[in-house]
Amino acid sequence: MKQFSNRYIFIFSTVMVVAVASLLSLAATLFKPAQEKNLEIEKKRSMLESIGVSATRNDTEELYDKYITESFVLNYKGDPVEGVDAFTVVLRNEQKKKIEEQDLPVFRAFPDDGEKVLILPVEGKGLWGPIYGYVSLRSDLNTIYGVNFDHKGETPGLGAEINTTRFESMFKGKKLFENGKFVSIKVHKGGADPNDIHGVDAISGGTITSRGLEKMLFDCLSKYNDYFNKTRI
Amino acid sequence: MSNMEKEPMFSMKNIKTLTGPLNKNNPITVQVLGICSALAVTVKLKPAIVMALSVTIVVAVSNLVIAAMRKYIPDRIRIIVQLVVIATLVILVDQFLKAYVFDVSKQLSVFVGLIITNCIIMGRLEAFAMANKPWPSFIDGLGNGGGYGIILIVVAFIRELLGSGTIYGYPVIEKLGIYKTGYENNGMVILPPMALILIGLIIWFQRSRNKELIEK
Repeated sequence: MKQFSNRYIFIFSTVMVVAVASLLSLAATLFKPAQEKNLEIEKKRSMLESIGVSATRNDTEELYDKYITESFVLNYKGDPVEGVDAFTVVLRNEQKKKIEEQDLPVFRAFPDDGEKVLILPVEGKGLWGPIYGYVSLRSDLNTIYGVNFDHKGETPGLGAEINTTRFESMFKGKKLFENGKFVSIKVHKGGADPNDIHGVDAISGGTITSRGLEKMLFDCLSKYNDYFNKTRI
Repeated sequence: MSNMEKEPMFSMKNIKTLTGPLNKNNPITVQVLGICSALAVTVKLKPAIVMALSVTIVVAVSNLVIAAMRKYIPDRIRIIVQLVVIATLVILVDQFLKAYVFDVSKQLSVFVGLIITNCIIMGRLEAFAMANKPWPSFIDGLGNGGGYGIILIVVAFIRELLGSGTIYGYPVIEKLGIYKTGYENNGMVILPPMALILIGLIIWFQRSRNKELIEK
């Protein structure tokens, strides 16, 4: 094997690194619009699923425009915040701010059954990473119309079960308030009483994810409490 | 270069390079490389197929690139150069999947990135591409990627069928009405240990058929 001088090695590595760096930045720029579009479609699809509309990648945009027609942003006192687009609010960034400064997005949907639904985004922590989703409420602002959850990297077959229809369908018809007081939804290990209007079954083997989900629902939805109380009357 | 005989593109030797890794020299069952991802992405067929394709592309193209510049790569930094080539290709594949096959890229999550550390690729570069011409190296990459892919797909097929009752997302068991007889999906097949056992069974089967592989 030929021996190479140090100078050659330095030049070789420099040229290689510069070439690779330009190739990668070129690729990143080229793929970026398609990737951002994907994330946007994914977000819209999750929202549609929380009101029981299942969309494919192709008809998501169309269905979103049909069902989810209004959106606005609130502060924690339930007053509207002007000049912010609800769709572009990133919940994770909001949660790092003080409660007084947080923007709380609300989407309004009109499904086929004539119900007027509010869709609220939620985000919290599972076992391995973030879990997030959308909770939609009936016009009494108490009964859950539907939910959609997803996760970044929960264990398949265990914590990852939160995004299955079997788990999500248990939330339908559950109530957030008990005699006007916010109690959220509890996730019961070992199974919830079927008559419990505030409880659902936890996932066996996914205890930490289930607890994270319970905390996520309480933390995120309780911020809307003032809005619920104001609007219901 | 000039005094070498011109070899036909699909000479016996090249065909052997291509088919060897599919069976007798399989990277997973014989060399026992790349086991990690074989356990992780074989719960469903679709991610397994995408993973198989991604690894095949990465190993074939990185073999080609490294073989083409093998005479200019300083020996002392060859591992770094190999890693840079692999990492670049993997990031390109990852970005491509994120842009055009978003659902699958979500399922594969970190495992695409982990192709970088897949021992098969590094092993082929060091053992084959550094000492051979580009074309045979490319074929060697295809063969090894294919050998890896076959095992992944076989394991994923069995796990998806027994674990979820579907094939490529199609509910076979439900359509055949087997659930009515009291049959239930086996949740254990979905867990990683079962993939290891399945690969073990495949190795057993392969060795019992192929006497050359039995160690004395």
